[in-house]
Amino acid sequence: MSTGTETIVAAPDAEVPPTVAGRVRKKLTSRTASAVSLVIALLWTVPTLGVLISSIRPENEIKSNGWWNFFSNPQFTLDNYNQVLFGSRSASGGLAGYFVNSLVITIPSVLFPLAFCALAAYALAWTRFRGRDWVYIGIFALQIVPLQMALIPLLSFFNYGVSLGGVQLLPAWDLDGPAKFITVWFAHTCFALPLGIFLLHNFMAELPGDLVEAARVDGATHAKIFRSVILPLIVPALASFAIFQFLWVWNDLLVALIFAGGPKNAPLTVRLAELAGNRGNEWQRLTAAAFVSIIVPLTVFLSLQRYFVRGLLAGSVKG
Amino acid sequence: MASNRQRRLLAFSGAVVMALTVAACGGESDNTANDKLDTPECAAYKDYTGIAGETVTIYSPIRDAEAGLLEQAWKPFADCTGVKIEYEGSGEFEAQLKVRVEGGDAPDLAFIPQPGLLEFFAKGGKLKAAGDKTKTMATQNFSPDWLKYGTVNGTLYGAPLGANVKSFVWYSPSLFKEKGWTVPTTWDEMIQLSDKMVAAKIKPWCAGIGSQDATGWPATDWIEDVLLREQGPDVYDQWVTHAIPFNDPKIVAATDRVGSILKNENYVNGGIGGVKSIATTTFQDGGLPVVQKKCGMHRQASFYANQWPKGTKVAQDGDAFAFYLPPIDPAKGKPVLGGGEFVGAFSDSAAVQSVQTYLASPDFANSRAKLNNWISANKGLDVANVSNPIDKVAVGILQDSGAVFRFDGSDLMPAAVGANSFWKGMTNWINGTDTKATLDFIEGTWPK
Repeated sequence: MSTGTETIVAAPDAEVPPTVAGRVRKKLTSRTASAVSLVIALLWTVPTLGVLISSIRPENEIKSNGWWNFFSNPQFTLDNYNQVLFGSRSASGGLAGYFVNSLVITIPSVLFPLAFCALAAYALAWTRFRGRDWVYIGIFALQIVPLQMALIPLLSFFNYGVSLGGVQLLPAWDLDGPAKFITVWFAHTCFALPLGIFLLHNFMAELPGDLVEAARVDGATHAKIFRSVILPLIVPALASFAIFQFLWVWNDLLVALIFAGGPKNAPLTVRLAELAGNRGNEWQRLTAAAFVSIIVPLTVFLSLQRYFVRGLLAGSVKG
Repeated sequence: MASNRQRRLLAFSGAVVMALTVAACGGESDNTANDKLDTPECAAYKDYTGIAGETVTIYSPIRDAEAGLLEQAWKPFADCTGVKIEYEGSGEFEAQLKVRVEGGDAPDLAFIPQPGLLEFFAKGGKLKAAGDKTKTMATQNFSPDWLKYGTVNGTLYGAPLGANVKSFVWYSPSLFKEKGWTVPTTWDEMIQLSDKMVAAKIKPWCAGIGSQDATGWPATDWIEDVLLREQGPDVYDQWVTHAIPFNDPKIVAATDRVGSILKNENYVNGGIGGVKSIATTTFQDGGLPVVQKKCGMHRQASFYANQWPKGTKVAQDGDAFAFYLPPIDPAKGKPVLGGGEFVGAFSDSAAVQSVQTYLASPDFANSRAKLNNWISANKGLDVANVSNPIDKVAVGILQDSGAVFRFDGSDLMPAAVGANSFWKGMTNWINGTDTKATLDFIEGTWPK
């Protein structure tokens, strides 16, 4: 470190912490810093507040003036919520039904990648086999493949199966109705794997090797080590990846549009995209609908946020 | 211990997933459908036999309330014949349809609003030619002008469904009455009226061309409408098919004529701002100053009727109404610029063909028109079933024997121009680029 000498010179002064991180931390805990961060937090909440206020204003007000007029001329209505939640399905809302679809799509689409990524990451981090690093690099490199490129091949994989030179290697899946959820889960799981494995692998590889060694000496199998030693230790990483994946799937429109197949299986996002009406003239519903759709992610984020911050550092450079 | 809690959590989430899956799978067994064609109320559908219990999927860009009305309109047909129609509307229709067709997940029927897209699928061998019954029904009920756009290389692929008329100028009847103005019937009268409005300190025109990714399209409609009036349908067809270049002097003349209104600081942008505010105003808001009496006229399609604030009376004696954009040269006939959807089939099963035939029938057109806010070029559509005054006028224009119908040109051109450079070019043109540079730019983007 270039500042090494200065640190030593400054060391006798007990007021200044010896490391760079310590000094930064000290600066960030001052009153001014707190005030600044408070202002930033307030500023960043203003748009959300605007959406909330807008969602409880009557249609004519929403369409004719800005949300801040609420303070000078408060008019309150729950009409928008009533419309988007309980309106007839094809006409204005029926978000309640789509809400269930969103959950049906999201929960397995988070759990499957979580399970597969954890197992794969363990295999790549703690078992030895030839070409392990190349497999890892290969998976890591797959992150650069944009999702959009895989949509049509994946869709034809479901609908036509795989055939090579006229020989049918895999049959078509022939899924219909609610079974189409499987294709959505499959797609989301595929698209989540590279990043998930990368994150969890880096986190797992940082665990002290002695732990695994000790378990192995005691005669534990890989399955046992994974379940009793590794899994409890990577909970923060799992949680943070789960949040990432949850938010991504919950907010996803593209994959659902293509794979969910039909309005009966469509999640909230698909409905939200149509809610403004054919020519965008019903946009007063959007703010209320937006609030309905962010309730779940908000709850998930708030209840898991301490993992989120911790997990942001997972897989990145350790200080 | 942490791992215990973890395991319990996993087990719980697993149970939730199972429960939801089971819930989603339940209630889906309805294969006992029979037709009711013998009953008297189903007499109209007695030709559509043998399709009970079949399912036909429809994919379309029409969504929300209007989708609900469509479903309501074909419900008697579905009930009588026993066919199940599964309708899906999406705002991402154009892109999604391509993906679905490529991926082998094509719908049975699609309502395609761009003849270019229909042609794309027809030439790719994806679309099935219309069956004999559909063809007969379509030729009975639609003019050749319309069928032309559902036909590729001499084969009819789809009959038209709904229609919209774009050659409309919205105005405020109450303001006109107040000032003693009359609705112009020729282009020159319209310009004289504009000058009168200027003298009366009211900006005669307002416009907005903002529309997110599609910003610029309302301006392209202007050019198309004027070109159709100035040069006639033949030159229009040559322009659309690129038989004459995009920067041909005839197009330059038409664009300049539009410019004499849209780029004239004395004429625009009533109630909103200057010329450049046209580009920053959304098309939804572009005509609103008309009812506030801050702007005299607004050229926009019949569907603009839905944009007026709630409580606006849209009628000949109301707050807002529209007149037919007058012809420039009476010898060129009564040109009508418009659009509509075409019902293309990706499957040729009996049930799909029956539904396709039904959608081309006067039965459907009347059934849908009765529910409001919808018109069709179907000759069997009875004007009495159309309640909305502006729709009545539109149907009158469509059914006028002297009318020369042409489809919105930007929907016919290759997407690189019609859905891209034409829009962008017009936006820049509003922002100050001169006509020649604009048209040269668009010509340069035409796919070779």
